[in-house]
Amino acid sequence: MATDEAWHEIVAGVLKQQKVDLVTYVPDNVLRPLIELVHTDPFFTAFAVAREEEALGINAGAWMAGRRAILLMQTSGFATLPNALASLSVPFQIPSLMMVSERGTMGEFNIGQQLVARTMRPVLDTLLIEHHTLTRIDELAFILDRSITQAMATQAPCCFILSPLLTGGKVFAK
Amino acid sequence: MAFPANQPVSREQAKVMNRFDITKRMVVLLRHEEAVVGGIGYTNFDLWAAERRPQNFYMLGSMGLAVPIGMGVALAQPHRKVIALEGDGSILMQLGSLATVAARGQKNLTVVIMDNGAYQITGGQKTLTEEGADIVAIARGCGLSQSVWAADESAFEELIALSLKEDGPWLIGCRIDSGKPVDTTERDPPRIKDQFMRGLGVKT
Repeated sequence: MATDEAWHEIVAGVLKQQKVDLVTYVPDNVLRPLIELVHTDPFFTAFAVAREEEALGINAGAWMAGRRAILLMQTSGFATLPNALASLSVPFQIPSLMMVSERGTMGEFNIGQQLVARTMRPVLDTLLIEHHTLTRIDELAFILDRSITQAMATQAPCCFILSPLLTGGKVFAK
Repeated sequence: MAFPANQPVSREQAKVMNRFDITKRMVVLLRHEEAVVGGIGYTNFDLWAAERRPQNFYMLGSMGLAVPIGMGVALAQPHRKVIALEGDGSILMQLGSLATVAARGQKNLTVVIMDNGAYQITGGQKTLTEEGADIVAIARGCGLSQSVWAADESAFEELIALSLKEDGPWLIGCRIDSGKPVDTTERDPPRIKDQFMRGLGVKT
């Protein structure tokens, strides 16, 4: 598998292949190259929302009306979602695709981020939501492509966690 | 943009109407398989009671997400008109969604706010609209210039008809009483979703 592409180029490529053309997000520094890429590519409709659960609702409505969507956010944003996941995505069997840039680990400098990050995987596990931590560029396309196929086929949400091992993370700015 | 001549300038000037009555009046005007997303609580129950249209989506939980869900449907099917029905307590939780709808200029979306100034389902505690927050003014401030209070039942019908004909986004504020809902929505999420998707032609 060719690995000369950057992680965000691979992600955008798989989203295209899977016809996921609606990208809603709350901005994040690590996600910036992906956000910029989906804004410049006319295949995608991309826009920011005021809060993450709003995007979860938009994406759910879009999917029920025949359009595939993904929500991009950072770890602290994911922490605002449990109620909407537990009352909308999971019981209504909606394949909510989520991509989280992982803060709070491997060099975190903000104690709030470090603490809130600890809540993410337990919430996903408790709600029985499939999730993958993406650490290696050579596995990225395979995991994303197969998991999106599975999410759509089983009508179940799926969360992709972008590890600093893959993205470099956010480094301490003095 | 041609609002009805009889247009209240504020919440206080709008007539207090009955939720079930105006929901029925709205549903009667839907003749082109328009999608309707009902927010949680009594708004949703009276939508269910008014008519079980296949193009209705009944939210159970996820308070505040009727407008975003409606916006998503509108984005995916730009030729279908979509109505998001939301209560005052619910929209107060997700005011940012009004700014998102305005920023996207979602032409085929109408937001209807049922405002009784109370969290009626939990015992009638006051919401912030009863303390002075004016949802129509907030919506205008978010950039939704076609936001208006329905003066009375006939103005409401006129506004719904207008929003189904002309480009939106629209927001129609309705003051309602504390009448009990007529029925209770069946709590079966996969069935609700499946019927809605079939109603929208996504599943056959």
